[in-house]
Amino acid sequence: MGDPLFVDGIDTAVVLIVLLKVIVVFVFLLVAVMLMVWFERKVISDMQSRIGPNRAGPWGILQTLADGTKLFFKEDLLPELADRRVFRLAPFLSILPAFASFAIVPIGGTISIAGHKTFLQLADPPIGVLFLLAMSSIAVYGVMLAGWSSGSKYPLLGSVRASAQMVSYEAAMALAVAAAVLSAGSLSTHDIVAAQDSLFRWNIFSLGVVPFVVFLIAATAEANRPPFDLVEAEQELVGGFHTEYSSIRFALFFLAEFMNTVTISAMVVTLFLGGPNGPAISFLPSLWPIVWFFLKLLVFLFIYVWLRATLPRFRYDQLMDLGWKKLIPASLFWLLLVAALRIGRLEGWNLGFVLGGGVAVGALGWWALSAALTLGQMDDADLSPAALGEVSLGEVSLGEVSREDVNR
Amino acid sequence: MTQTVETPTLDTGFPVLKGGIESLRDPGAVLRIPHLPESVDEVPTDDETMIINMGPQHPSTHGVLRVMLELRGETVLRCKPVIGYLHTGMEKTGEDLTFLQGPTNTTRMDYVSPMFNELVFSLATEKLLGLEIPERATWIRMLMCELNRMSSQVLWLATNGMDLGAVSMMIYGFRERESILAFFEKTTGLRMNHNYIRPGGVAADLPDGWRDDVRKILDVFPGRLDDYETLLTGQPIWQERTQGIGIITADECAALGITGPILRSTGVDWDLRRDDPYLFYDQVDFNVVVGTYGDTFDRYAIRLNEIRESMGIIHQILERMPAGDYRAQDKKVTPPPRGRIDESMEALIHHFKIFTEGFKVPEGEVYVAVESPRGELGCYLVSDGSSKPYRMHIRGPSFVNLQALAPMIQGGLIADAVAIISTVDPVMGEVDR
Repeated sequence: MGDPLFVDGIDTAVVLIVLLKVIVVFVFLLVAVMLMVWFERKVISDMQSRIGPNRAGPWGILQTLADGTKLFFKEDLLPELADRRVFRLAPFLSILPAFASFAIVPIGGTISIAGHKTFLQLADPPIGVLFLLAMSSIAVYGVMLAGWSSGSKYPLLGSVRASAQMVSYEAAMALAVAAAVLSAGSLSTHDIVAAQDSLFRWNIFSLGVVPFVVFLIAATAEANRPPFDLVEAEQELVGGFHTEYSSIRFALFFLAEFMNTVTISAMVVTLFLGGPNGPAISFLPSLWPIVWFFLKLLVFLFIYVWLRATLPRFRYDQLMDLGWKKLIPASLFWLLLVAALRIGRLEGWNLGFVLGGGVAVGALGWWALSAALTLGQMDDADLSPAALGEVSLGEVSLGEVSREDVNR
Repeated sequence: MTQTVETPTLDTGFPVLKGGIESLRDPGAVLRIPHLPESVDEVPTDDETMIINMGPQHPSTHGVLRVMLELRGETVLRCKPVIGYLHTGMEKTGEDLTFLQGPTNTTRMDYVSPMFNELVFSLATEKLLGLEIPERATWIRMLMCELNRMSSQVLWLATNGMDLGAVSMMIYGFRERESILAFFEKTTGLRMNHNYIRPGGVAADLPDGWRDDVRKILDVFPGRLDDYETLLTGQPIWQERTQGIGIITADECAALGITGPILRSTGVDWDLRRDDPYLFYDQVDFNVVVGTYGDTFDRYAIRLNEIRESMGIIHQILERMPAGDYRAQDKKVTPPPRGRIDESMEALIHHFKIFTEGFKVPEGEVYVAVESPRGELGCYLVSDGSSKPYRMHIRGPSFVNLQALAPMIQGGLIADAVAIISTVDPVMGEVDR
């Protein structure tokens, strides 16, 4: 398969088309971030019975532009204890993957430009979603190095949190993605979308909602969106990893964060909601897929804002618990179940039998996991925060009830 | 000091300073984090731990509180609150102001619940004077205090929500507080620091239509409180973040002198409004909200439900508000009505004397305590017979409650520390005075 653009070999027109697509995606992302920041501020203001930005441009739509311009002209401070080179490099490590990972998102069907047919996506590499996972792994470095190189304590704590959080949620995210890859039989995003050609073949339905939910949660954590924004938890770590950043370097982190939100929403749409697929309408047929894509995208962007307005923040250990003890086992089990059902269908086995067996094995695994967790907790009870509290208070025992509450 | 000072021991098992009280007098000792409790057998080395100064400039230390935390990873090993960054010398200033000017000074201490500061100073002064104030004045004081209690607890809900990451709660809390402050502004002329409750009564009568204003507030609040319950109380993340966090026991509270919602969260049924009634609290029905576990969640639930109890009290006040004078007509204490000044030479003289040299208060000392939203707010006044207090001391509940911070935070995570600072509800103006 692959993009039909390259079928006839590469000539000047093809290069120009690719360049055009690069520019379009670049501009699209910048504009999308600008609108996303405005959208988030407006929606959250509405939910909190405030007005929100309303000065710059109609409905304050240019507010982000004004903020960005202001940040450009601010003094670029460099802390004395900072590792200068890494400190300067980190924002770019953060923003590059954010730009790059959008390249694989299909935003429409196939169009033809100057006699060349091409997909409406910047690139359709055969490794597809692996590229997304790789980029989100690289994005960790930006955050981690930013905190580490600041030479300050709050950013350091933020970057430790960031690396732990992103590494652990990446596993859950990858397992959820694997289910979608399994159903399409391809890593290419175009093929994954093509496999979801009708409503009931959308992965959210055909795979069961579990991978979708796991991916949504893990992706929220990957993008450091509330309620998983521990990395920059303002109330705890002041600004987290970007505490010491100012001026345009700070703006780059900000840009990267919102770009990640857009990208991750786009990936949810691509992997589980059929991407640009939707009702075909004969009037302007190549336009409608784009419309469907953006409508779906908007729904998820709204959900992210909604979550931010509603949920309190997780605590570090609760976040780790959720990732390692719930999401990863759940998505692993679901992946195996999906695989078993698929093999069963290919081999012509009794599907009810396969399902029953799968659930039984899952229950057994769940029981073993919870037993192991209970045992593990008994072993390292001296290390858990609750037990430490008990030790530091001396004879003042926290009592049984509280202990359970803390561990729960 | 040559004689040895005995090491103070508390039977509650609190960490006790090695080297006794003396060690506090070493240079720089104040900033030293207390010793690890003896029960911790392995002393972590400096490589393993990190000391972080949370505050005085930090988004969630409620002003200029500074908390020194010794961390191992994200776990807090030791904690020491450092105060004094908002020291304004109000107690000393109080000695230079007349008794009439006193409330102007004290109202600025706990700026979140200014009415209580004014009330406790006025009650103390009136007790020294032996002054009876009209019934209506007392009911007005109760009305204003309960409204202020509501606004204070709502503000606490707002900041507590914010500290745990529920940012919308911040705005909602301030929105509700705004409606009460609007009523205060209408009545007293100011949104904060009203100087409304004064020795001898209150500064002005309630404005026309005050019943409608108060009813409007009371109509809006129940629905909004239910909204908060939906937003926070039943929310699993919220419960996980608050339940079993920052536990303190009744014994520890007693040892540290902690009062208010923190004490009640441990199950101790203690509220000065009921147990040592002042104003007309013995004539109204209300429940004292009590917790069970002494954790952050209990303190949250107590403050939320105290708003409901305050609303109940205000409903009763609305029914029972008598007609009458809003201040004692004692020429020596309260200024004469404006009309009298144009007619009577004596009235003019009284007016002039009250505002220039104040009124003389008989010799004596007195301690009066009221239940502020944060706990027992006490005022100790000594008068030498002049028109200014010889000594004014305020027992600020925020200050005393801040002692609970270290035992509650130790052993928790940084995120818990923030939640716990919030539930202690320190108002730094009152802590530092």
